[in-house]
Amino acid sequence: METTDDGPGRSPAATTGDSPRSRINHMPGAGSERAEAISAGRHEMLHDTLRKEIKSLAERGLKRPRIGADAVCESLLRQSAEVVFGFPGGVLLPLYDVLGDYPELRHILVRHEQGAAHAADGFARATGKVGVCLATSGPGATNLVTGIGNAMLDSVPMVAITGNVVSSLLGKDAFQEIDITGITLPCTKHNYLVRDPNEIPRVFAEAFHIARTGRPGPVHIDLTKDALMGVCTAGHPDKVDLPGFKPNLDGHPRQIKFAAQEIAKAQRPVILAGHGVLISDAMDELKELAEKAQIPVAHTLLGVSAMDETHPLSLGWVGMHGWKHVNKAIQSADLLIALGMRFDDRVTGHVPTFAPYARIIHVDIDPAEIGKNVAVEVPIVGDVKRVLRALIPLVEPVSRETRAAYLDELAEWRIESEKTPWHGSGAWRNGQLSADFVVSRIGEASNHDATIVADVGQNQMWAARYAGFRRPNSHISSGGLGTMGYGLPAAMGAAVGLPDKETWAIVGDGGLQMTSQEMMTLVQDHIPVKIALLNNHKLGMIRQWQELVYAGNYHSSNLLGPDWCKLAEAYGIPGFQATTPAEVDEAIASARAVDGPALIEFVIAAEQNVYPMMPAGKGLSDLLEEQFEEPKQ
Amino acid sequence: MSATDPAPRTAPAHTAPPARPLPGDGHSHRHVLVAIVLNRPGVLNRVSSLMRARNFNIDTLAVSHTDQPEVSRMTLTLHGDDVAVEQAAKQLYRLIDVLKVQDVTSDPTVEHEIALIKVHASDRNRGEVLTIADMYKAKVVDLAAESLIVEATGTEAEVDALIALLRGFGIKELVRSGTVVMSRGTGSIEEAVKR
Repeated sequence: METTDDGPGRSPAATTGDSPRSRINHMPGAGSERAEAISAGRHEMLHDTLRKEIKSLAERGLKRPRIGADAVCESLLRQSAEVVFGFPGGVLLPLYDVLGDYPELRHILVRHEQGAAHAADGFARATGKVGVCLATSGPGATNLVTGIGNAMLDSVPMVAITGNVVSSLLGKDAFQEIDITGITLPCTKHNYLVRDPNEIPRVFAEAFHIARTGRPGPVHIDLTKDALMGVCTAGHPDKVDLPGFKPNLDGHPRQIKFAAQEIAKAQRPVILAGHGVLISDAMDELKELAEKAQIPVAHTLLGVSAMDETHPLSLGWVGMHGWKHVNKAIQSADLLIALGMRFDDRVTGHVPTFAPYARIIHVDIDPAEIGKNVAVEVPIVGDVKRVLRALIPLVEPVSRETRAAYLDELAEWRIESEKTPWHGSGAWRNGQLSADFVVSRIGEASNHDATIVADVGQNQMWAARYAGFRRPNSHISSGGLGTMGYGLPAAMGAAVGLPDKETWAIVGDGGLQMTSQEMMTLVQDHIPVKIALLNNHKLGMIRQWQELVYAGNYHSSNLLGPDWCKLAEAYGIPGFQATTPAEVDEAIASARAVDGPALIEFVIAAEQNVYPMMPAGKGLSDLLEEQFEEPKQ
Repeated sequence: MSATDPAPRTAPAHTAPPARPLPGDGHSHRHVLVAIVLNRPGVLNRVSSLMRARNFNIDTLAVSHTDQPEVSRMTLTLHGDDVAVEQAAKQLYRLIDVLKVQDVTSDPTVEHEIALIKVHASDRNRGEVLTIADMYKAKVVDLAAESLIVEATGTEAEVDALIALLRGFGIKELVRSGTVVMSRGTGSIEEAVKR
């Protein structure tokens, strides 16, 4: 695997076609690996096709009987899940015993099972395919749970496989036995306990179908050791039969007509694009709707990269740490068109104060999301892409001129918002390196084409605000669960999934210390993740809240860390350090020049806050802004 | 939730913005839900775990298999406003093993539960107990020197009323099955899931 440093236009098809998108290479062109992955993922999501034919044991020249573990490997290959992030253990040994017979399966040995789950999650978000992680019974299984929960909250397609003790020992408190299906029940879309090898083909077919169909999510399969070891005679089913699982993909035509009427009436409409736009691959439809009716597009944290941020109708990120002008636009809107998002409290703030003048059209594939947090006027249950395809022809075209007063006002707010000191405050922050400068330089250097994976906390907010996202799914972040330690392993998964794209992990010193062991995995499996460590020697977001909400009572937010460059080098990863703005570009260039993983420690201002900030329990109109001091040059 | 009535929420100058209403009217009342589920190990756990996780309190829950052995039927009663209970039903729908959920609260239904009530009854007051039981069309199914067991069927409210009357005699033991419900007429909730 190698990093590609040659900027845009590396995909041959990207230069063909007349649409502005293909000209600036936001979408990979047809024929590229990325485009194939998207279309395969999309196809898998909407159709249940018979997967590839897999070579039998005899065709592989093996004379042993086919056991449950073989059925697991065959199932993974049939589902095009060629990459497995895993960690072995006693009860999984029958599976690891046969893995070598399936050289098409790439097993990546992680250093902690949490890393396996996050890597599968990052892989899934970057590629649109189902991510797979594997862990043993007991502690291996419980270590996966954080990553499974993370995938559940962010609707990420994942199949998590665990081993369990032999079925005769189930319930006997055997060595490394835990009721793991009981534990994962509330944080998976569905889970299975398999004791019979002949059930494996059916269960895997169902699990992959459930994970990627409708609103995606994690599915957990617990396999007893005897199920893995027993002889398996069952064939693979051609289709799954799940009478209780039939997601509604097409929106109701009457509701779609209502939506078009609402859009025609609206004077100040705003589109709120969420993760669902990216999941359903509706980026083109989103752009088409926005352009046809001249509607500005705001997005949620997980909706970042659903629209090229340089598009004139792209407004920016909404919510607790979103842009002030975007929050103002929401608060003054008379119509919100919410696409594939769930009105999380980080978006709405105190609901009675949210978008007080707006009627709401809410499109989501999960009926339970409609009316859960916010009452809406036009609910539409369906796949965002399909709903938009049906809606766009019904929408009256609106010219830029008709909306001129509105759009000009938003543009004015934007200038005001971006002029304020927290934006692009320069490279220096009170005599120290500024985090927003670092992040924006990484975005620039990678030509806004790299996959940027954030950890959780201030680094996550800076990444989403300042890196500048132009390619769909180039932004990966733990939104719902807010899992510190997510960044590095998820970047690992993303880099494995999209080897032709540069991958950056933007992490803080707190989060990196939670999962830094995966640096060894990067080296052993040649995964070229570039780690940008924003080191403020603090748990920055905790410190920020303690400063602003808890009267400066800084308890447990000061953080010692190792000598990061030495640590990286101990793992065999080149380490670079930047402490002044002048060193930033050089460090980024050095890291990009490394053929393989690299780490840069950016020593940033210890007390830089993320502004604006919506205080907990307040609304989008009550933003805290920075009391600015003149930057010292 | 209709789009036909525009009711524009425009911004009047210099006034406080209108408060966005929260979903639901907050008027909690009793709801009866019927869930048709696959008869698989763990399905009861999935349903009860989900209700707990989503902060709903189940009042009664009755489960049994249906005429199709692979399909079970649950009757749940719970309190909440209409929107909250609708949310509970939608969350139940997300479970792969749940085939159908219907709120039958305002439908014409036959609603019954069975209760066994062991009451103190001696020669002195046995007649009184029997009279009350008779008025509620309850049967005496066991008789002992100092007590008897009354078997009562009826709606939750009817059984409540009988229990209130019998309490004066001293209830030694009480068991209730939880409500089961079936819609009146020829329609069938299970029709949609017949395989």
